[in-house]
Amino acid sequence: MDKSGEAYWKATLGLLTKILVVWFVVSFGAGILFVDLFNKIHIGGYPLGFWFAHQGSMYIFVALIFIYAKKMGEIDRKFDVHED
Amino acid sequence: MDLQTTIYLVVGASFALYIGIAFWARAGSTSEFYVAGGGVGPRINGMATAADWMSAASFISMAGLISNMGYGGGLFLMGWTGGYVLLALLLAPYLRKFGKFTVPQFIGDRFYSKSASTVAVVCLLTASLTYVIGQMTGVGVAFSRFLGVSSETGIYVGMAIVFMYAVFGGMKGITYTQVAQYVVLIFAYTVPAVFISMHLTGNPIPQLGLGSNLVGQDISLLQKLDTIVVELGFGQYTTTTAGSTLNMFVYTMSLMIGTAGLPHVIMRFFTVPTVAAARSSAGWALVFIAILYTTAPAVAGMAKYNLMSTVNTAVVTNGDLYAADSSLEVAKQPDWMNRWAKTGLLKFEDKNGDGRIQYYNDKTKNPDVIAKAEAAGWKGNELTVNADIIVLANPEIALLPNWVIALVAAGGLAAALSTAAGLLLAISSAISHDLVKGVFKPNISEKGELMAGKIAMAVSIVIAGYLGLNPPGFAAGTVALAFGIAASSLFPAIMMGIFSKKMNKEGAIAGMLSGLFITLFYVFAHKGIFFIKGTEFLDLIGGPNPFFGITPEAFGAIGALVNFGVAFLVDKFTKEPPEHIQHLVEAVRTPRGAKAVDGSHA
Repeated sequence: MDKSGEAYWKATLGLLTKILVVWFVVSFGAGILFVDLFNKIHIGGYPLGFWFAHQGSMYIFVALIFIYAKKMGEIDRKFDVHED
Repeated sequence: MDLQTTIYLVVGASFALYIGIAFWARAGSTSEFYVAGGGVGPRINGMATAADWMSAASFISMAGLISNMGYGGGLFLMGWTGGYVLLALLLAPYLRKFGKFTVPQFIGDRFYSKSASTVAVVCLLTASLTYVIGQMTGVGVAFSRFLGVSSETGIYVGMAIVFMYAVFGGMKGITYTQVAQYVVLIFAYTVPAVFISMHLTGNPIPQLGLGSNLVGQDISLLQKLDTIVVELGFGQYTTTTAGSTLNMFVYTMSLMIGTAGLPHVIMRFFTVPTVAAARSSAGWALVFIAILYTTAPAVAGMAKYNLMSTVNTAVVTNGDLYAADSSLEVAKQPDWMNRWAKTGLLKFEDKNGDGRIQYYNDKTKNPDVIAKAEAAGWKGNELTVNADIIVLANPEIALLPNWVIALVAAGGLAAALSTAAGLLLAISSAISHDLVKGVFKPNISEKGELMAGKIAMAVSIVIAGYLGLNPPGFAAGTVALAFGIAASSLFPAIMMGIFSKKMNKEGAIAGMLSGLFITLFYVFAHKGIFFIKGTEFLDLIGGPNPFFGITPEAFGAIGALVNFGVAFLVDKFTKEPPEHIQHLVEAVRTPRGAKAVDGSHA
């Protein structure tokens, strides 16, 4: 792979890592591992940990994919590998 | 108009619509049969993917299971949506760039080996067939209620309809039909939820209603539910986890990576025109899925509350749950209980002969509950409700108008049919395209290939129907097993194919085989060899859930770890892939130059 190809792939992996960290924190973190801790907080009638497991993580997942699609498009154009 | 007639009318009308669309958009060539000609935009594709994805397990079974499990049921919600993030980030755009139309084709080309592609076909068939069994269970439930017959008869009817339906259309027909099915199923799911949420909490948005206070009371629905179920000996609704935190963690992980590894879902991303569209298509699919998935926990909680308050009047009056006149009189049973009793999926038995139905957890260890139940003269739980009927019965439990009940029946059937069709298409393409054309008879004509595909569909429906009669669990549980199989076999191979340039064919094949083998071993030990009852071998592995208490449905994540581990180990000691394969991987990683999908073997 040439230099710009390597840089493109590095940028891609950087973006993937950031998004996957959020993905993990909202579901496995707030919804499972630290659910008891979050349940101590109540929002809108929901214990917060329960809310993340039954509602919140799903909204965040949707947002994550669109953020990814947008940022990825920007990276494509920056490295001039986008489709015409 | 009576209920049964209304159901026939609504279901009949929805079927006429699907068949009409399938006929209008029927496939002309093999490429249209499998990928709809590649000309489908991200929103339409997202909607069709959502219908394809949301099956009997999501529509019929999931909310019922959540209703039973409480907080722990969230693993289905997070697992089956979080997988789309992985799919969008790690697989979809790259597979679209690769530009072939089946998963085994990618694996065969990337790992430069027919054996790799054949192993992928085996993994795909195992996962998809297990998935279809779960669907058939769900179809059986839906048809049994719809026609007022036993769930066995329901499965036979379902088999016939699924067959006609899948063989007829192909992908192009399926894509547009699935859009119609999405519209039907999403209305069918949300309309009763809005009614019920409005009725219970005064908030028409179920997602908010679940957190709201009950109408006329100063206590939130969830708090109230927690109090009642604990008093009757069940686990607290908002905190009861699925087995253990570890089990819930790996279960959720299995469903997520299984989602990303399921061939019939991945196939959808071959039908979009560009790499960029593949990325956003996954997002749109998840938007349409999330509408149902965020409603499901509300349906679950509210159905539980409604069921409790139907059987025990003290729930609403805040009276004593154990008072003699709180429990429902057998003579005053609502109609829906009688209707569902006919399907055999709801049972009651007046054990203490007091002419009333007591519903509580008689296996509880809570001494308070045991003492109170004894004092009240209760002799064991008298009502069993199969979790798979909760969603279909929900509008009846809430006494909603007939057209809503009919709409839900139509929605359940739409969900089951659309997924069954998508799965059968994946199975038939794997057999006809990857196995027959790719390995055994490369010179087969287009017509012969289509015929082989249709025969494969017919055979899989019969097998799935047969096993669906004795399902290894609830629809959603069985489907979860399918995800475990996909998670442990296909996902790691595809991911390494894209993200590791040096992964070679020996590593990939060894990985897939060991992941699949260890997962099947663990699953079959619990559920019987090929799910045939009586062939379980639990003693051999030391009792149920021997591996850190992990249930077989949750084992896929462990299988995936084994897959990755073995692959890297074998890869280390064998020679690296040829130069042109490494260039292929580089090409797959960049979007420019993505061509329309082409089916021929390069």
